Amino acid sequence: MQRIGVFVCHCGTNIAATVDVKAVAEALGHEAGVVISQDYQYMCSESGQNLVKDAIKEHNLSGVVICSCSPRMHENTFRKAAAAAGLNPYMVEIANIREQCSWIHKDIATATEKAVILGRAAIAKVHLNAPLTAGESPVVKRALVIGGGIAGIQTALDIAEAGFDVDIVEKSPTIGGKMAQIDKTFPTLDCAACILTPKMVEASQNEKIHIHSYSEVSDVKGFVGNFSVTIKKKARFVDELKCTGCGLCTEKCPMKKVPNDFNLGLDNKTAIYIPFAQAVPKVATIDPEYCIMKKTGKCGLCSKVCSAGAIDYNQEDKFVEEKYGAIVVATGFNPIKLDKYDEFAYNQCADVVTSLELERLMNAAGPNGGTLLRPSDKTHPHKIVFVQCVGSRCDDSKGKPYCSKICCMYTAKHAMLIREKYPDTEVYVFYIDVRTPGKNFDEFYRRAVEQYNVHYIKGMVGKVTPKADGKIDVQASDLLSNEQLHIDADMVVLAAAIEPDKTARPLATMLTTQMDTNDFFTEAHPKLRPVESATAGIFLSGACQGPKDIPETVAQASAAAAKAIGLLCKNSITCNPCVAHADELMCNGCSSCEKVCPYGAITYQDKEFRMPNRTIAVRRVASVNPAVCQGCGACTVACPSGAMDLNGFSNKQIMAEVDAICK
Amino acid sequence: MQEAIIKRAKELLADGSVNRVIGWKKGEFVYDITPAVFETAEEIDADFVYNELTSANVSKYLVKETKKDGKVLVFLKPCDTYSFNQLTKEHRINRENVYVIGIPGGPKLDVEKIKAKGITGILNITNDNGTLKIETLYGEETMPFADAVSTKCENCKSKKHVVFDELIGEDGDITDTNRFEMVEKLENMTSQERFDFWRDQLSKCIRCNACRNICPACTCEKCVFDNPDLGTDNKAAADSFEENMFHIIRAFHVAGRCTDCGECSRVCPQNIPLHLLNRKFIKDINSLYGEYQAGEDTTSRAPLTDYTFDDCEASIVHERGAE
Amino acid sequence: MQVNENKDFEPVIVAFCCNWCSYAGADLSGTNRLNYPTNVKIIRVPCSCRVNPMFILRAFQRGADGVIMCGCHPGDCHYTSGNYFARRRMTLLFSMLDYLGIERNRTRVEWVSAAEGAKFAETMESFTADIKKLGPNRRLEDLRCRKQ
Repeated sequence: MQRIGVFVCHCGTNIAATVDVKAVAEALGHEAGVVISQDYQYMCSESGQNLVKDAIKEHNLSGVVICSCSPRMHENTFRKAAAAAGLNPYMVEIANIREQCSWIHKDIATATEKAVILGRAAIAKVHLNAPLTAGESPVVKRALVIGGGIAGIQTALDIAEAGFDVDIVEKSPTIGGKMAQIDKTFPTLDCAACILTPKMVEASQNEKIHIHSYSEVSDVKGFVGNFSVTIKKKARFVDELKCTGCGLCTEKCPMKKVPNDFNLGLDNKTAIYIPFAQAVPKVATIDPEYCIMKKTGKCGLCSKVCSAGAIDYNQEDKFVEEKYGAIVVATGFNPIKLDKYDEFAYNQCADVVTSLELERLMNAAGPNGGTLLRPSDKTHPHKIVFVQCVGSRCDDSKGKPYCSKICCMYTAKHAMLIREKYPDTEVYVFYIDVRTPGKNFDEFYRRAVEQYNVHYIKGMVGKVTPKADGKIDVQASDLLSNEQLHIDADMVVLAAAIEPDKTARPLATMLTTQMDTNDFFTEAHPKLRPVESATAGIFLSGACQGPKDIPETVAQASAAAAKAIGLLCKNSITCNPCVAHADELMCNGCSSCEKVCPYGAITYQDKEFRMPNRTIAVRRVASVNPAVCQGCGACTVACPSGAMDLNGFSNKQIMAEVDAICK
Repeated sequence: MQEAIIKRAKELLADGSVNRVIGWKKGEFVYDITPAVFETAEEIDADFVYNELTSANVSKYLVKETKKDGKVLVFLKPCDTYSFNQLTKEHRINRENVYVIGIPGGPKLDVEKIKAKGITGILNITNDNGTLKIETLYGEETMPFADAVSTKCENCKSKKHVVFDELIGEDGDITDTNRFEMVEKLENMTSQERFDFWRDQLSKCIRCNACRNICPACTCEKCVFDNPDLGTDNKAAADSFEENMFHIIRAFHVAGRCTDCGECSRVCPQNIPLHLLNRKFIKDINSLYGEYQAGEDTTSRAPLTDYTFDDCEASIVHERGAE
Repeated sequence: MQVNENKDFEPVIVAFCCNWCSYAGADLSGTNRLNYPTNVKIIRVPCSCRVNPMFILRAFQRGADGVIMCGCHPGDCHYTSGNYFARRRMTLLFSMLDYLGIERNRTRVEWVSAAEGAKFAETMESFTADIKKLGPNRRLEDLRCRKQ
């Protein structure tokens, strides 16, 4: 039997005006297990707290019930007071007789009656309270950033700046991501490479940053503060440490017909390649699918010309395991495939391109050296039609239901750049809406219309038909004038919707983070915790969380870094002791609890159990990681055998409260 | 059919591919056939029986049997394979320790329906082209086969084995039956009529726990109703509330996991139509969250451990139909 | 319904409120001095997904006349997904109670945010009125627990 002390607060007149506090103290004093029941004017005051502390010592109390304001207000105050008096802080319960009684009721008799019932419920609960100890778990002072685009680079730089080691895992041979492929950035029209490449160099030179390029995360174990991650370093058949990036091998390689993915297949590269001049790390990579040596065993030209002796045709995938305290996801986006959009003739006509392809076509480092030429016949286009929302804001299964957010602005940018450089080229933009929220964004778009005379037409393009003379017939409707239009275009540019990278979903499974139906990572709270995932220790950076432009991406990247730094600064994390735990003797190992756990806190193991007839049986049982569990209790209800229970809100405690209220 | 099954069981025992066989053995009377574990060919020859009176779903026995050493051979009717899958999915069965042979299922007979016709002293029952010839102490009686079909076979959900290592006989198809007819009928009653119906039925409950003990979804190491530590234990049908409580919670615990095998109603000594509780959950799940058949596979997410953002609100219960 | 009999009937109503939204919403209706009947007694749970159907039946067993569960609005759950599971569980449970002939208005789910003090008070007002109309819980109670 517990020895319980009850303390009824007047809260000046806040409670005492409508609740007869003396009568409440008197009534609760008669409850089983209550050894002292007192009332006091301000229980939360210094002297009120001393009253509680003295009573704990004097009466050797094992439990305390405070009838006062909401536990959301002073639960911590009284827990601390109890702890100071040597009582476990989790032996304190609050009966909320202010916000949920005196303040909402006017009749003293019924309010007093209710206050007594609320007090009884708290006493019933305290009877079943058990002392809880908050555990601590150490924090590994190293962060992992998955993805080496501008989001990942920025996050890594910020974390390194704070003095922590940080690893970037990038699946392609170089960091830089989509921004490295872009020509100019809106709304300032500065050159993307000019602002990105210094950051790439900074990342590579920062001794706190370690770049794993051409690598993937293959396994994640552990939890906040203590993740254990296996990184697969794919064989690039070139020794990273020896290669100087001189590029001689790429000049000599006889296999020159490899589609250049950096230029989106608009031109070719060699089988041994460096993606672009400013690549970081500037190390060659062999594509084994095209390499003659890898395929036939005869060639070896690159090996012969490499004075550093960096070529290693027998290199194999390597796995490294590393510990991290925090993980930042920055896996970014891709434009969707346009295979299903036959109406735009993307697959039929070389001169129908996506916006990202146009970026490469206009880029000085692109296939045409920055001169805009039609991919088909390398002539100057004189009439270009842009189609907005290709696959964005779609209700059908072909596209995406969301707005890709960046297309309106980059299309305005493209239109403006073309009109600036080639004033004789006419530019048409078909749009559903032009969405330009953002600093200097609308001004930018208006400049395209007013200053550069870009023809913006509200309406959707119905059909794009390549014609025999090389022109492209664009059939569209102008919704404002309600006219059907035919435009004889030289080029058509499609603003393809963007989607999360394909690697994101398997990664989310490994990280036990949540994703929405579109495969964007879900933030812990859409308003208040936008850069954290619901899984402790996992943070979100950039477009993996939703479509974003560069300034937003960088802002979020720094915010994610700040959150990660906040975690890494701690030597250990205090765990919430009100967590779930499984009674192994009752657990069926059925996995129901695991499926409803939003944090991946539940794992299973095969354990040996002594059975009644002296045999030993191996059973699968659940165990909860208290450092990861947040104490929601979803598992406790999913569990059919009642093996799963929640500290501080146990089945028995809640039912005792129910009983006390209904009595 | 029985011969083919026995032959195969003995073969597999003889060549050492299995150590035990789970099947059915005959009892004192021709109709009291019970699940049994056989370890030798002699035991099989002596007692193994499979016929129209063999109804029991033996998948649940695998929970214990597959934890032992060696391999178990089990014979599963189509409907039993759903339970088997569900148990595999919940990690209750060690799949690698079982060899599953699918055998043709029902329709099975319910001897109670024969007895209900006043036929007693039954010695033997044979099926002669849709007519049952019942040999009794008092002479031979006949009745149509269809009139004695077990309630659980009246609405057969599937003649297809969803899992097996080998088959004896032909595999059938998933059958589309009107299994929710009675649930719908109840739904269309007034609240008071429904209350009266269930009070009539549930007040017959004697808390013998047969429904729980046969149920392949009720395999908890310790049932919440047997656990004094949880404060939810109650063993007697002392009060109408406890009958309600037991059956509601039991149905809730198996919701989304119940394969609708019908064993609960088959074994109920008081003939309470318990399957109508489970079918209500199945019907609700199908109509509110999309068609779901527990045990159809071992990978899908059960409806109660899943959700969508735009699930209906609980108020749908208050809004639909008449009170 | 026997409305006249119920004139002096004061129902016992149990409200399960999640700590993050609805319990805070209830506090807010207190802070704003928004009156609702004393019949409602709140039990704090971390999340609506902590509410076991067993608790609801237990309340009815011990003599509650109505049980209401409040949680964060869908999409706002502090634990991201708890209320989605709770919604399915309660929908199915309520449907089953209705099927067994328990008056359907004795149970309710309401999503109340921490900012909706007024909604909390209104909800409790209307729920209490519903229960008063229904009268004492007779169909799902344990007679041994009935108050003398």
